[in-house]
Amino acid sequence: MVSEPLLQISDLAVSYRTRSAPVVAVDGVDLVVHSGETVALVGESGSGKSTTAHAVVRLLAGNAQIERGTIRFASQALEGASERELRNVRGAQIGLVPQDPAVSLNPVKRVGEQVAEVLRLHSLSTRKQAALRAVEVLDRAGLPDAATRARQYPHELSGGMRQRVLIAMAIAADPKLIIADEPTSALDVTVQKVILDHLQHLVAESGAAVLLVTHDLAVAADRADRIVVMSEGKVVETGPTAALMSDPQHEYTRRLLASAPSLQSPRPVRTLPREDSAAVEHPLLDVQDLVKEFPLPRTAAGPSSVRAVDGVNFVIHRAETLALVGESGSGKSTTGRLVLRLADPTAGRIQFDGTDITRSGHAATRQLRRRAQLIYQNPYASLDPRFTVAETIEEPLRVFRIGDKASRRTNARELLDKVALPSAMLERRPAELSGGQRQRVAIARALALSPDLVVCDEPVSALDVSVQAQVLDLLVQLQADTGVAYLFISHDLAVVRQLAHRVAVMRNGRIVETGTTEQIFNEPQHEYTRELLAAIPGQAVAEGVQS
Amino acid sequence: MMRRYIAKRIAQAVGVLWAAYTLSFFILVLLPGDPVTAMAGQGMDSAPVDPARLEALRAEYGFDQPAPLQYLEYLGRALTGDLGDSVATGRPVTQLITEALPQTLLLTASALTLALLFGGALAMAATYSERRWVRQFLLSLPPLGVSVPTFWIGLMLVQFFSFRNAWFPAFGNDGVKGLVLPAVTLAVPTGAQIALVLAKSLSTTLDEPYIATAKAKGAGRVHVHLRHALRNAALPALTVAGLLVGALMANAVVIETVFSRNGLGRVTQAAVAAQDIPVVQGVVVYGALVFVVVNLLVDLVYPLLDPRIVLAPTRPQAVAA
Amino acid sequence: MSGQLLETGTALGLPTTPDPAQSGSRGPDPARATRRTLAFFARRPGLVLSILIVLVVVVAAFAPGVFSSADPTRGVPEENFQAPSTAHWFGTDSLGRDLFARVVHGAQLSLRATLLAVSFAFVIGGILGLVAGFVGRWVDDVIMRFVDVVLSIPTLFLSLAVVTALGYGTTKVAIAVGVANIAGFARVMRAEVLRVRTALYVEAARGVGARWYTVLGRHVLPNSISPVLVLATLEFGTSILAVSSLSFLGYGAPPPAPEWGTLISDGRNYLANAWWLTALPGLAIAATVLATNRIARALESEVRQW
Repeated sequence: MVSEPLLQISDLAVSYRTRSAPVVAVDGVDLVVHSGETVALVGESGSGKSTTAHAVVRLLAGNAQIERGTIRFASQALEGASERELRNVRGAQIGLVPQDPAVSLNPVKRVGEQVAEVLRLHSLSTRKQAALRAVEVLDRAGLPDAATRARQYPHELSGGMRQRVLIAMAIAADPKLIIADEPTSALDVTVQKVILDHLQHLVAESGAAVLLVTHDLAVAADRADRIVVMSEGKVVETGPTAALMSDPQHEYTRRLLASAPSLQSPRPVRTLPREDSAAVEHPLLDVQDLVKEFPLPRTAAGPSSVRAVDGVNFVIHRAETLALVGESGSGKSTTGRLVLRLADPTAGRIQFDGTDITRSGHAATRQLRRRAQLIYQNPYASLDPRFTVAETIEEPLRVFRIGDKASRRTNARELLDKVALPSAMLERRPAELSGGQRQRVAIARALALSPDLVVCDEPVSALDVSVQAQVLDLLVQLQADTGVAYLFISHDLAVVRQLAHRVAVMRNGRIVETGTTEQIFNEPQHEYTRELLAAIPGQAVAEGVQS
Repeated sequence: MMRRYIAKRIAQAVGVLWAAYTLSFFILVLLPGDPVTAMAGQGMDSAPVDPARLEALRAEYGFDQPAPLQYLEYLGRALTGDLGDSVATGRPVTQLITEALPQTLLLTASALTLALLFGGALAMAATYSERRWVRQFLLSLPPLGVSVPTFWIGLMLVQFFSFRNAWFPAFGNDGVKGLVLPAVTLAVPTGAQIALVLAKSLSTTLDEPYIATAKAKGAGRVHVHLRHALRNAALPALTVAGLLVGALMANAVVIETVFSRNGLGRVTQAAVAAQDIPVVQGVVVYGALVFVVVNLLVDLVYPLLDPRIVLAPTRPQAVAA
Repeated sequence: MSGQLLETGTALGLPTTPDPAQSGSRGPDPARATRRTLAFFARRPGLVLSILIVLVVVVAAFAPGVFSSADPTRGVPEENFQAPSTAHWFGTDSLGRDLFARVVHGAQLSLRATLLAVSFAFVIGGILGLVAGFVGRWVDDVIMRFVDVVLSIPTLFLSLAVVTALGYGTTKVAIAVGVANIAGFARVMRAEVLRVRTALYVEAARGVGARWYTVLGRHVLPNSISPVLVLATLEFGTSILAVSSLSFLGYGAPPPAPEWGTLISDGRNYLANAWWLTALPGLAIAATVLATNRIARALESEVRQW
C-alpha cells in the first residue's frame, strides 16, 4: 500500500463491565481501511464485530471500556480523543448507518429535520438551506418523493424507506468513511438487495470508504473488496474477497463458508419413494382454498378487514418437506397456524390424513395435536422460562397421560439424545441454554408424540449461521429416521434449498408458484420468484466457484 | 381524525363521571350501616333517635323506596346539576363544594407547578451528570420523598419555619405567604414521583438506538439530552403527572387539615364526621371530575408531542411493507 | 472440507459454538450458592438494612414485649413532656406515657391494618385481573371498565366514602384502604396474564395439546404472579401511608389506642414545645415505608431478570 490508510485500528481491546467480571468483547483487533475501499467485517453474534465498528466513533455502551490499542483515522488518534474532537469527526467525517431502521430514528421528529440536523450540527449550512439540502440528500439516498417524505415522521415510512433516511444522514456531510452496521438485516430480501445496490452506487460516486459489518458472508462476498473475519473478539482471517472465498486459510472461515446456505451448491436432497406416496390414496395434509381475514381497526375510510391468506391450495405427503417461502406479511406464518388449528380459517378446507379438520371441535383438535406439531422461530420465547428441559419435553406426554413418571423421564432422555443434547441438560432451564440448544429442546418437544407432521415456522432464522446448519441437518436426519413430514416456513430461499422437496412461493396471501425445489431454482416461472432468487446474496461468488 | 379523537375522549370522560357517581352511590347507600340513623344522630356515637323521625327522614331522602328507584331519582337530579342538600347544614352540595374548591385547586395547582419544576430538574440533573456519586445521591432522593407521610412533612415544616423561625404562617389562608408551606409540603411526594418516572424514562430513552444515531451525527451531550431525549422521555412522565392529580387532590384534603386552611379538606372532614352522605358523594364526584378533566387535557396535549398518536388512536400502526 | 459439517453424525455430536451454559457451571453446589447469596447482600447494604427494619417492625407487631416492657397506655403524670433520653428513648407525652412503648405497640395496630388492606386488595383485585385477562372478550371489557372508573377516583376519597358508610375503627379503615386498591391489583394482574397468555410458550403448550386449566395453572399463573407480588410489596408501603393518613384524620381506633397516625395527630398539639411527639412516630412510619419500598425494588429487579 502506497498511501497511508484512512482508518487503522491496531491491537484494539474492548471489555464490558458486568456484575461478576469484565467480559472481553474485542481482544487485540487489527484492521485497516483505505480510502475508497469497502471492507467487510464478518462474524457471528458475540464475535465483537459491532463493538469494533462502534469503537471507531467511540459510541459504545455505558459499561464498555477501551482497554488498549489505537484507532487512527485520517492521521488523528481517536482512541483518546476528547468529546469535542469526536463530535467533529462523527457525522462529518465518519457516517454511521445503524442496524435497525425501526428504532434508529427519533420518533417525534420529522425525517427531513433529522437529516438537516447533521448539516446544522457541523455548520455546513444555515437553517433554511439545511431543509432544502436535506431533501436533496434524501433524494440522493433514493427516497421516492423526497420533498413530501421529508415532512413526515418515521412511523409513516416503511422499513426500507427508513433505512434510506438513515443512509441519507450518513452521507449528508460527505464523510470519508461510512460505517454500515448490518444495514439491511432487518429488511426483506428484495428490499435488502435494492438498498445495498444503492449504497454501493452512492459510495462509488463519492469515493468514500465503507466498513460493512455483517453476519452474512454472502453479503460480504457480494459487496466488499476485502473481508475481515472475526470470532470471539479476534480477527481470524483477513484477505481480498476472491482469495478468501476460494481459498480460506482459517478453520473458522471454512466452517462459516460451509454453513452459509446461499454459498453452497444445493445438497442432494434424499429422493423420496415418491411413487409409494403417490400410490397412497390421500396426502397427509390437503389444504383447499384457505382464506383468513383479520378485522382492521375501524377507520373512516378503507376496508374493514385484511386478507392475510387469500385462497391457498397445497398438499403435503408423508415424509415430505414442503417449503412455504415469502417475505414478511405474505401470510405464510398465518397459513401454518391455520393448518394446526391455532387459528380459525375464514373459508376453505383443511384435511389431515383424510379427515376434515377445518372446523374441528375441542376433542378432534386435541387428537390433531398428537399428530401435528409446531416449531417456532424464536427459541427464546417458545419455552416456558420456569420449566426445566425435562418438564418441557415431557409436557406433551403428560397432557396426553402417556406412560408414568419414570417412563416419561426415560422418554425425555431418549428424545434429548435424538436431538444430540447430553442428558445432563434435563435439569437445566432455558436461560441456561444457548439459542441452538433451546431450538433443539423445542424440536425434542415437537417430536415427543411422534407426530406425522411438524410445521417449522422460520426455525433457524434467529440462530447464527453455523448453528443454523446444525439444526437443519438435525431436521433432515430426523425426517430420514422417523418419516415425519415438514411444512417448512421460511423467508430464506437459500435455506429452503437445503432441505425442501417442493417449494411454494407466497406473496400477499396467495401462492404464486409451486414446484419441486429443482424447478423453482432452475426454471422459475413467476416474475416474483425470479426476483426473490436474484436477491439471494453471494451469487457472484457461488457462480465463480462453480465455473 | 383529531375531532373524532377529541369527541371519543370526551365521551369516555362523561362515562367515567357517571360511573363514579354510581359507584359512590352504591358504596354509600348500600353498604351495611343505615345512613338515616346516622343522619338523624348527626354523628357516630349518639343516643338512639325517635323512630317516627327516622321514618320522616327516610321518606324525605327517598330511602324508603327500593334502591334502583332511589338511584334513578338521584341520578336524574344529578344530571341537572343537583347533587342534593347537605344533611348537616341544609345547603346545596354543589354550592358547598364550589365555594371550597377554588382554594383547594389553587393549592394543588401551585404544588403541581413546584413538583414539575423540581422533580423535572432533579431527573434531568441526575441523568445528565457523569459523576457516579452525584447521580446516585440525586436518585436516592425521590424514593425518600414518596416514603414519608405528607402530613408529617407539613408538621415538620411548620415546626421549623413557623415555630422555631417565624418565617411563614403556620395556619390559615393568608395570601401567598400562607400558601408556601402547604404547597411545598404537597409538592414533595408529587415531585418525587415525577422525578422517579422521568429519571427512569430518560435513562431508558438515552439507551435507545436513535440516541446513538443522534450522537453519530456529531451531536453533543446537551443537544442530545434536550433535543432528542427529553421530548421522548417526557411522554410517560406527562401521563404520570396527570394520574398524580388524583393523589394530589386527596393529599390536599389532608394537608388543609394540617394547616387549618379553608377548602375541600375542611368540607370533607366535616361531612365524614357527620356521615353527611350527599356531601361525601359530592366530594367523590368532584374529585373524579377534576381528575377526568386534567387527564382529558393531558390526552389532548399528547398528540401535539407525539405524532404517532393522532394517526393511530387505537393501536400502533402496522409496519407498512 | 465443506462436506464435513454435512455428515450428520459429527455435526450433531459437536456443538461448534462456544456454549455458555457448559462453561459457566451452575451445578448444585451449596457452598457456592451461599457465597453468591452473601456477595449479593454485601453489595446491597441498603437492602440488608431494609430487611432488618422490616423484621423489627414485624416482631414489634406480633410481640411488642420484646422491645418495650413499658405499658403504652399507663402514664406517669409527673414525667410528662420529657425529651428523649436513655430512660425514655422517644421521650414521653402529655400524660407521661412512654412514646417508644406507644410506637412499638402502635406497630401492631397499624401493621395489621395494612396487612389486611393489602391482602384484601390482592385477593379480590388478583382474581378480577386473572378472570379478565384469561377469559377475555366481554368479561374483560366489563371488568376493565369498572377498574378504569375506580382508578379515576382518588383513592383517599374512595376510602373516605367507605369509612362514611362503615364507620370508624382500625378494621374498617383497613377495608377502606383495601377497597381503594383493588383496581391497581386487577390492572397489573390482567396485564401480566395477557402478556403471558399471548407468549409463544403458552401457545406452544396449547400446541402440544394441553387443556385450558393446565395452561392456566402450569404456565400462565406461575409466570404472571411475580410482578403482582412485587406490587403487593410496593402497596404495603403506600397502604401504611394511607392507613396512617386516615388515622391521622381521626377515623382509626379511638384513643388511647396508639395507632401511628393517631400518635402524630396527638403530637401535633404540642408541636411548639415537644417536637419528638410528632417527629419520632413520623420517622418510624417513614423508615418502615422506605424499607418495604427498597425491598420491593430489589424484588422487581430480580423478577425482571427472569
